[in-house]
Amino acid sequence: MGKGRYGKFGGQYISETLMNELINLEQQYEYYKNDKSFNDELNDLLKNYAGRPSLLYYAQRMTKDLGGAKIYLKREDLNHTGSHKINNVLGQVLLAKKMGKTRVIAETGAGQHGVATATAAALFGMECEIFMGKVDTDRQALNVYRMELLGAKVHAVTSGTQTLKDAVNETMREWSSRVHDTHYVLGSVMGPHPFPLIVRDFQSVIGKEAKAEILQREGKLPAAVLACVGGGSNAMGMFHAFVPDKGVKLIGCEAAGKGIDTDMHAATMAKGTLGIFHGMKSYFCQDGNGQIAPVYSISAGLDYPGIGPEHAYLRDSGRATYVPVTDDEAVAAFEYLAKIEGIICAIESAHAVAHAIKLAPSLSKDDSIIICLSGRGDKDVAAIARYRGVQIYE
Amino acid sequence: MSKIKQAFAGGKAFIPFLTAGDPDAESTVKYILAMQRAGADIVEIGIPFSDPTAEGVVIQDANIRALKAGMTTKGVFDIVRRVRQQSDIPLVFLTYINPVFHYGYEKFFTECERLQVDGIIIPDMPFEEKGELAPIAAAHGVDVISLIAPTSQDRIKMIAKEATGYVYAVSSMGVTGVRQNIQTDLKSIVNSIRQVTDVPVAIGFGISTPEQAAAMAKISDGAIVGSAIVKIIEKYGKNAEQAVYDYTYKMKQAVIKA
Repeated sequence: MGKGRYGKFGGQYISETLMNELINLEQQYEYYKNDKSFNDELNDLLKNYAGRPSLLYYAQRMTKDLGGAKIYLKREDLNHTGSHKINNVLGQVLLAKKMGKTRVIAETGAGQHGVATATAAALFGMECEIFMGKVDTDRQALNVYRMELLGAKVHAVTSGTQTLKDAVNETMREWSSRVHDTHYVLGSVMGPHPFPLIVRDFQSVIGKEAKAEILQREGKLPAAVLACVGGGSNAMGMFHAFVPDKGVKLIGCEAAGKGIDTDMHAATMAKGTLGIFHGMKSYFCQDGNGQIAPVYSISAGLDYPGIGPEHAYLRDSGRATYVPVTDDEAVAAFEYLAKIEGIICAIESAHAVAHAIKLAPSLSKDDSIIICLSGRGDKDVAAIARYRGVQIYE
Repeated sequence: MSKIKQAFAGGKAFIPFLTAGDPDAESTVKYILAMQRAGADIVEIGIPFSDPTAEGVVIQDANIRALKAGMTTKGVFDIVRRVRQQSDIPLVFLTYINPVFHYGYEKFFTECERLQVDGIIIPDMPFEEKGELAPIAAAHGVDVISLIAPTSQDRIKMIAKEATGYVYAVSSMGVTGVRQNIQTDLKSIVNSIRQVTDVPVAIGFGISTPEQAAAMAKISDGAIVGSAIVKIIEKYGKNAEQAVYDYTYKMKQAVIKA
């Protein structure tokens, strides 16, 4: 069995062409993660460029309105570039630079990871190409222009379902044609080892900060932490520090689209089955012949047919639970948070807010919960308006 | 002697590839038989997959056409059953690990053995991960064909030592598809392989012309051609039999002379 296993999940199911590069990446990462100057440089970037630590905001009005547990929002939306994606990207691009790479490539769904990668590439003076499904370049046109402003070349992927899964396919194809000077900045806790490990480590700053601060403010651990999951990077970043604390419920909120009883969803945990794809053994939405199924969500960032292998492990071991949240519920939560707290969050993050709205009233007022607000929602405003029948185009 | 071994025993081999079910099962059966008549030594049959990450556009599109037309793993076995009624040419599957995993390794290779499928190539199953499948394939007499890439370097010997059937030497970086030039130093790669194994080495990726096939066969034991044939099938659809025959014949003749 190959490396990078989480129970039976994970592994390195990837073409031979990429194997030596993955081995090289693992070795370099294992070296640099313990290297003081690397960590000093990364921490400096996180503080002085990305704006960390992010706020742990007590949502007082929301708490009062729902009448249960105290609700805290981990404000990853306030990071530079507007989402948690920058945490991983700064780590990986710095690592790529140390490895002597001069070019980075990445997939993106909603465009947040693409924007973050283009940003870091600009900062480090590296060449950058982003692969994004044609459906997503259409629905997130502003992010495409944003990436171009930052100097990146954006490729609209027209193969397959033209969404995140196909963007990953195309980035892998591109990487296998040019590894000597190029690093693939994978955006989530997915793909072949060592990516699930590297991305989790770079994102784990979210949970570390949140845990330290909640202990300081509440004097005890939260009853639950919630995060949306597509591939699962912000969720794994939030969960990781809390995994040993068995009293803290870890709740991932996945995209149920138009409902898990329809075929228009991206609810991998609720509806997926065990499979091997994109370099990993995990759960996937697929048909009876092992063909990867087209998935759907209003959120381009959760519109992915698989989930990171460590999430699959946490679910099967009973440590974490995963709940489906529909488009309707997410849009309602998006609007609710805007009105009650004055925060326009990403439609991805709104999936976690939606579940918190259901969960909070069932908990004691002495308890607290933390929602990972993974990104800001400016990019979604036009799409939400259209969802509500208001024809606004960016 | 295994049928794959025999296929290489008579001189340099020509190994054409096609995607099963493109444009339909009937045509695939016909084209495999035409390839044999034209001199193909082994035929590689692609079991279509929704997300073939090692393929270029030509074979990606063939996968999508086949799936849209309703091809399934079971349907591919049925194609093999029909070929086997008329031919004992060595057949090798090329597919991705998920359809095989989903079918069930034991069930899949039992079926392969029953229909005399001689080998399987799985581009997204590297050496490190073959352990979950290779012993089952071996128990059913199916060779797992190993790939060696231009980037394999110090991995070549490790992979070649455990190679069965033939070694698939990947000529170029990137994905499948026609290329003007092949720049990899394949001679030294083939030499490294030969230092540790007697298993034949065939070169694939990017080969489309008789000149390229001859050049590749000259430094190895055979040439594998995929996209160029899939393109012919894309162009002629259900009426590609003669064109497939002519192309295979021309390529086999070039390989023989190498």
